Amino acid sequence: MSYLVDKNGYYGQFGGAFIPEMLHPNVEELKENYLQIIEAREFQEEFAQLLRDYVGRPTPLYFAHRLSEHHNAKIYLKREDLCHTGAHKVNNTIGQIILAKKLGKNKVIAETGAGQHGVATATVCALMGMECVVYMGKIDMERQRPNVERMRILGATVVPATSGSQTLKDATNEAMRHWISNPLDTHYIIGSVVGPHPYPDMVARFQSVISEEMKLQLKAATGNEEPNYVIACVGGGSNAAGAFYHYLDAEEVKLVAVEAAGKGINSGESAATCVLGKAGVLHGSKTLLMQTEDGQVIEPYSISAGLDYPGIGPMHAHLFETGRVKFENATDEEAMLAGIELSRLEGIIPAIESAHALAALSKISFKPDDVVVVNLSGRGDKDLETYIRWGKY
Amino acid sequence: MNIKVTNRINELFEHKKSGILSVYYTAGFPKLNDTLDIARHLQAAGADLIEIGIPFSDPVADGPTIQQSNKQALDNGMTLKLLFSQLEELRQHVQIPVIMMGYINPVIQFGVDNFCKACEKCGIDGLILPDLPIKEYVADYKDKFEAHGLRNIFLITPQTAESRIREIDEQSDGFIYMVSSASTTGAKAHVVQDQIAYFQRVRAMQLKNQTLVGFGISNKETFETAVQNSNGAIIGSAFINLLEKSVDLEKDIKSFVEAIKGLSS
Repeated sequence: MSYLVDKNGYYGQFGGAFIPEMLHPNVEELKENYLQIIEAREFQEEFAQLLRDYVGRPTPLYFAHRLSEHHNAKIYLKREDLCHTGAHKVNNTIGQIILAKKLGKNKVIAETGAGQHGVATATVCALMGMECVVYMGKIDMERQRPNVERMRILGATVVPATSGSQTLKDATNEAMRHWISNPLDTHYIIGSVVGPHPYPDMVARFQSVISEEMKLQLKAATGNEEPNYVIACVGGGSNAAGAFYHYLDAEEVKLVAVEAAGKGINSGESAATCVLGKAGVLHGSKTLLMQTEDGQVIEPYSISAGLDYPGIGPMHAHLFETGRVKFENATDEEAMLAGIELSRLEGIIPAIESAHALAALSKISFKPDDVVVVNLSGRGDKDLETYIRWGKY
Repeated sequence: MNIKVTNRINELFEHKKSGILSVYYTAGFPKLNDTLDIARHLQAAGADLIEIGIPFSDPVADGPTIQQSNKQALDNGMTLKLLFSQLEELRQHVQIPVIMMGYINPVIQFGVDNFCKACEKCGIDGLILPDLPIKEYVADYKDKFEAHGLRNIFLITPQTAESRIREIDEQSDGFIYMVSSASTTGAKAHVVQDQIAYFQRVRAMQLKNQTLVGFGISNKETFETAVQNSNGAIIGSAFINLLEKSVDLEKDIKSFVEAIKGLSS
């Protein structure tokens, strides 16, 4: 079985390109060109060079001694938190900005929830001298003020999304509307493995550098490129897609995705799409979606602004349905405790998104010899306010 | 399956070739139970075709006016199930063609088969589902729609390639919805020269289907420009704006339709 996209843009029953006709030429142009562009040697060289010299890759694979002792397994952290801009998001924006240039676009738009993808997009636009407009929910702009200013310092225009619930899904709607109205000169940098085909595949490819490095680093550290477990958090699912990518066909590697349970799966305030969602169509793809019986999209909740997306990438919906990836979830409380635990044991304050992945360490019974890689997708600087408000440290 | 039973859309286009006025409104807006009354008033006022919008939480192809009406309708408690119950009596009052327009997700949740059956039962003639692309339509939906006498209406835009317009023409039996410019829905004051060139380009293709122009048609001036190069035009946002401030639906709808059709009918 293949876990990657098929020639029609599907992962099993999920995926596709459910877009209004107004977006067809843009998405078609991308679909027809993306593979040829990103597989070309010239692209590969520029991408690799920027990841190395600008982003700071390869990111370390760090053996976490004290965390390992605590959980009685051999735990490694893939340090995406050490990427320039503070999270894995920049791997994708670097890839897409080079692609946008090759497509002859001179303007870039993006959506952002917590602001991490917005910052990563504003960063590469500054790097390449491209005009940048970032849509962000009005409520998120108030919650994530420092990232709004960071984007502005980088020269981006941040536009509040005032429709609907004024959060990530509405920012995505607004970005799509902007693209509809500006079909010729604008590239839309989607921040996760969501959206119409070819976005999920394209973003997963750009993020796959994570597991590509992991294999080499594990081989050097343990003699075996395959761990027993890879654990990553999932909102839309881009860091998980990157961390799982080169292990998908290695069935003996257990892949664990951790969703945000918010205040609890049955609390009505959750973002655990695989538990609470049903197949549906949002933002151009068929996937698992949190929605009412009438098909209206439900606004999810998580303490982590990067995980409160009502859908999940179609690749992950397929990985869930086939059972290739085991889906766990962690509540706000469990994630915050895991974030403090890492801070105290290893001197690393993780992003609250990544803390959800760490929370799964307490939910799995490891054998002492198990090699476990946790994808530490981002650093906690942006979350200080949330840590402070939570207070239990 | 290839069922070619003529329905009200085909009949309309057979006997009327120009100046067709189609009006869109969102079901359950401004008040939950206005849906059927607005359809009756539109027919009485002289509209040729009615498009009833199924409200959705995330209408990406729509501008602020229709977004807001969707939100209001959902806040009012509108659901697809309730809409079909409101439309049970539709054909006792309304004889002109009626199309349902909406996004695909509520249709999927309702169940495509159930949805088609409910449409047929209420006397719905066609569907406009902007985020159902032609490829998916042909593969999974076409047979079901046709079995229930539903015409699927596709959109084309100024950026749609000629070969794709031909493909859409081939798969259509009703009319083609010509989106007037690269934009979401919403009222604009003027039709510009570029758009007229696009209307003329499509007209010169001599498609088997007739065309209605939509998006940005808001008043008599834009309507008349649009209908010079097509069989008619669709008004949505401007009508929603009217509904929002109307205190007498029957009277206001009558003067709205008359003002637009004025000299052109």
